Order: sequence, then structure tokens, then C-alpha cells
Amino acid sequence: MSRILVPCHVKGTVALQVGDVRTSQGRPGVLVIDVTFPSVAPFELQEITFKNYYTAFLSIRVRQHTSAHTTAKWLTCLRDYCLMPDPHSEEGAQEYVSLFKHQMLCDMARVSELRLILRQPSPLWLSFTVEELQIYQQGPKSPSMTFPKWLSHPVPCEQPALLCESLPDPSRVSSEVQQMWALTEMIRASHTSARIGRFDVDGCYDLNLLSYT
Amino acid sequence: MLQEESDLSLIIAQIVQKLKGSNLYSQLERQAWGSWEKRILKSLNSMCTELSIPLARKRPVGEQKELLNKWNEMGTDEPDLSLFRPVYAPKDFLEVLINLRNPNYENGDSLSFRTHLGLIQIPLKVKDIPELKECFVELGLNTGQLGIDDSTQVPPELFENEHVRIGQKVLAEQDSAAAQQYIRQGSPTALRAELWALILNISSEPEDVLYYEQLKTNVIQHDLLVDSLIYKDVKLTASNDDYYFVFEDYLYQVLLCFSRDTSVLSHFAYNSASPPKSYIRGKLGLEEYAVFYPPNGVIPFHGFSMYVAPLCFLYHEPSKLYQIFREMYVRFFFRLHSISSHPSGIVSLCLLFETLLQTYLPQLFYHLREIGAQPLRISFKWMVRAFSGYLATDQLLLLWDRILGYNSLEILAVLAAAVFAFRAVNLMEVTSLAAAEAVLADLSTLKVMPLLQIFLFATVT
Repeated sequence: MSRILVPCHVKGTVALQVGDVRTSQGRPGVLVIDVTFPSVAPFELQEITFKNYYTAFLSIRVRQHTSAHTTAKWLTCLRDYCLMPDPHSEEGAQEYVSLFKHQMLCDMARVSELRLILRQPSPLWLSFTVEELQIYQQGPKSPSMTFPKWLSHPVPCEQPALLCESLPDPSRVSSEVQQMWALTEMIRASHTSARIGRFDVDGCYDLNLLSYT
Repeated sequence: MLQEESDLSLIIAQIVQKLKGSNLYSQLERQAWGSWEKRILKSLNSMCTELSIPLARKRPVGEQKELLNKWNEMGTDEPDLSLFRPVYAPKDFLEVLINLRNPNYENGDSLSFRTHLGLIQIPLKVKDIPELKECFVELGLNTGQLGIDDSTQVPPELFENEHVRIGQKVLAEQDSAAAQQYIRQGSPTALRAELWALILNISSEPEDVLYYEQLKTNVIQHDLLVDSLIYKDVKLTASNDDYYFVFEDYLYQVLLCFSRDTSVLSHFAYNSASPPKSYIRGKLGLEEYAVFYPPNGVIPFHGFSMYVAPLCFLYHEPSKLYQIFREMYVRFFFRLHSISSHPSGIVSLCLLFETLLQTYLPQLFYHLREIGAQPLRISFKWMVRAFSGYLATDQLLLLWDRILGYNSLEILAVLAAAVFAFRAVNLMEVTSLAAAEAVLADLSTLKVMPLLQIFLFATVT
């Protein structure tokens, strides 16, 4: 199934915190990221991909248009999806994540806005977010091919013309050629993984010093 | 068709196993490893320029002939190696690990619940004893073990005979997965070589012997600076060891060929390190003339030859010994000297060791820390070498049985903690790092399996 990237506008993260955000004691544990699609009509969301950066749990709310006349509603499509099994340790902290339509709690048709709610309950981390956020919608289905007529309706066997006797039987030749072709396909498919293992260039291994890049 | 399918599933199994858990994208890995690698390259380059020895040199024909004649007795050679020094030693590497920091991690100056009391400051997830008990369930008190239940006081009918019989059956069936499960309880000495070969999927095909011969030809044709480092390392470590000095010639034959083996480069796909690169002289910057140095991308450090030495007890045919070592290296040993967040990586092992000690022997940990003897400073060298050269060989092979059986190096950290637990009474009385080192200097009398069993299953927590 192909997918098309939907251009989106990711608004800055907003921290949700009780009291003054600038207090140094304790950092916000909940962040909200709003994603809008200014130039695109409500679409069917297929996939969301991003790179995690120390977010422990993710919830996603989506604004859907159910029909042309009613106002758009906010629905929760993902609730407390766990990105880091242990919020205090590194596991899962910097992974690439893909979320698909079928993992969502609600239907993803006619999406006009997204809201990602990030939670990181552990006080050990200085900051957390998600990066490289990309939203995809379903691409066009691959066009069905119409087979040429002669493939789908093979012509009945013609009577082979009589050839000179010195020539070999054509049906035997064709079956032998088929076997040879099958052998070459097999050899091509099972190419050996053993490498020749040359480490020099044309017999020469006279090196400069090691490079640092 | 069946042969192809089984080959394919073999390859897939190997690939899946190697890719499992590789976290190559971690920011902290890249930064830390980058500067460490640069240091190693600088050290090698400066050795090259100071001693005016080229990194690689094609041998003249006379020298090639001489080396070919001496191939089986390279140990008799006494080249002047006094000017060479190892590129790095485990303690240098430990300093790098100690200084690893995650930039996103709260590392306040004041002591708080966030401060790690040990040397490693990275919050990786490590197992605790209940999880280790689940993981190493076959080492439990109710399961027979070689290393415990084959001692002279135990009649062999109780466990040993049956275990040997099952081992022979596993070998007859050539079942690699069954062998891996079987070896968790230890391998009988007579069956060990074949079992390890079965688990590591090593079969001596003619093409493998040919490949080894090709590597040998490469050694004879080109002389590398790294060869002198290998010579020096073998002379300093294995040749001085009572158990391994007899295998000196084998070690050269394996390690010199190992550094020419470009197939080892494929393990860098799941290793966060990258092989050192250089260019053919006069073609700096041209990608067609870029080569890796050494050809296998691995620069040996002080003690590297100890990875090979114990294997010499099992395999006497050079090409098979070579293949076993190479497979053990690309599956396990490379993790012991490269930085990664893999659960079997050295950083996780260090953290596992420190956490186990801190949680289950808090008094000992606190005492050692107070006298300036951080436990990791003593146990690091054991873990980096997978205890090779520290334990008696039969005990070491029993330990390496379990590494293969559980496909994880975590048992090294557990054993290190168990050793500290065993000598805890003596350690509580020492008052300096040197004295603590002295208490733990000699591990050659230790029996590995009882220590592990007691620490995991019989300690009152």
C-alpha cells in the first residue's frame, strides 16, 4: 500500500504544568504538540512516523469531520501508548516509531487536526519531545493492469511445420532450453555469500596514515 | 530444494540473532565512541610516524619464503618489539566508559537519588536477581549441572551419565537449537568441541579450509604494523600464562589471519563502531582507493589474544580453530570492547555488576567505595576478557558453555558479583584499593558454577 506524505504544520510544544512554568523545581511532565494541515482538506490518515526523544507515553487526539454539516469533534485515537517500558532508563528513548491506522481506537477518516500529548513522568530527564514527525495518507492503489489479449487468451496449439530431418525435434529443444533457463535462474537466485575477500586495491596495500573522519 | 531452504533459514537465524537489540542510533554512543576511536587512530598513527614503520608493506619474495617455512613455529621468532606499545589497555577503556554521559540526563552536583554510586553513570536497563533467576533458570538448584553434579563425590549415575548420553544424541541429530539448550547445563569435555561447532554453525567445508589458506597467503604477502602489535600482545599475555604458552604458535596463526579477514567487516553493521579507514598512498581522498586498516577493521588491544587462547584446548586444526574464534568474536567478544546500549554490551555488563553488588551486598559496596576501591575498577578487566586468563581453563570453558547456551554475556557480570560475594568477608577488612586487588588477585582456585548458583539461587536477600 503506498502512502503520501501530507504537509503539516507542527506548532511549538506547550508544557502543561500546575503553577509557574519557570520554577526550577520540577520540570513539566506533560507536553502538547498541535499539528495542523493548513493546505489540505480533511483526509484519511494512514500512518504517523516520528523519532522519539525520551517521551515515555503518547496519547493522540484527532479532530474529525463526521459529515459535511456537523462541527468537527475531537476524539482520542491513541491512549497512553508506551514508548519507554521503563521511564527511568534508556530503553526505547531514541527509537523510530510508526503508528498505523489499524492501531488507532477510532476511525481515521476526514482528519483535520492532530494533537499529540506527550508524557514523561520520570524526573531524570532534562527534556523530552518527539522529532521528525511525519503524517501519511493513503496513496493511490496501484493501477490494475489489463493483460494483453494474447496472454489471457492463448491461441490453440498450431500444427508445427514439418522441418528437415537433420534438425532436432523443436519440442525437445524447447524443453531443454527451459531447463537450462531454470538452472540459470536458480544459480542467480542463490548467489554465494562467500566473498573473495580482497582488501587491497589491485595488489597494492601501501597506505597513508589513518584518516580521522 | 530442502538444502537451500535449510541454508536460508540458517542464514536468517544468524542475521536475526545478530540484529536483535542493536541500538545503533543512540546519540550518546556516537559521541563517546567517536572521540575514543579518534584517540586510538591517533595512537596508531603516531606509532607509525615515530618508529618510521609503514602501516602496511608488501614483503619481498625472500621474506615471504622465509615466513612460509616458519609458519608453524612463529613463536621461535624473537623480533625486537620493545618500541611497540599496545594501542590501549582495558583500564584506558574503563576511563572512557566512566566518562560517558547522557546530555539529557539530570546529573546534578549534589548527591540525590539520581546519582549513581558506582562508576557508570548511564541509566541503562539491567536485570535484577529475580529477572536473572528467570533468565538463567537452568542454573537452578534443582537442575543438574556440569561443574557441580559431576564432582567426584557425586555418583555419575545420578546425572552425569544421562547428560552425556543426551549430548551424544544431540550431536547425532545435528540439532543446533537443541545443542544450545543442552549446553546450558554444561558440556562434557569430550563433546564440547563438536557442540560448540554445532551451536556456532561451523562446518568444515573444503571452501572454508580454502578461505583460511587464502588468508594465510595474504599474511605472507603483506606485513602490517598491526602484526607487531599482535606479536607483542601474545608475548606479553598468553606466552606468560602457565596454561596457554604452549599454544603460542597457534595464536599467531589465528590472529594474523584474523586481521586480514574482510568478512569480519560485516559485523560492523550491528556494531556501533566503524572500521578505521585509509587511502592508498598518493590517492588521498579518492574513494576508489579507500581501504580499511587493518583489513578486518579490528585494532587489537592489550589482552586481545586471550580471546583465542582457551579455544586452543578444543580445536587443533588451524582452519577450524580460526572459524570458531571468528564466529565467537563477531557474536560475543566484540561487545566487550565497543560502546553500545546492548544488554550484552560492556556498558550494560558494568552497570549490571555494580547494580547487583549495590543491591545485594550494600555494606560491601559502601565499604569499598569509602576506601577508594570502586569494585568495577577490579572486576572490569575480568569482564573485558570474559575471564580468560583469570580462571582455571576447565572452569573457564564451563563458563563459556553458558555464554553460548544463553547467547548472552550477562553471566560475566553475575559471576563477577558472585566472586565479590564469595570473598566479601576478606574484602570487608581491607583498607585500600591495593589490598582489595590483592584479595581478588588469584581466581584460579574458584569453582564457577557453585558460585553462580549460590549467588543467584541460594542467597538470602
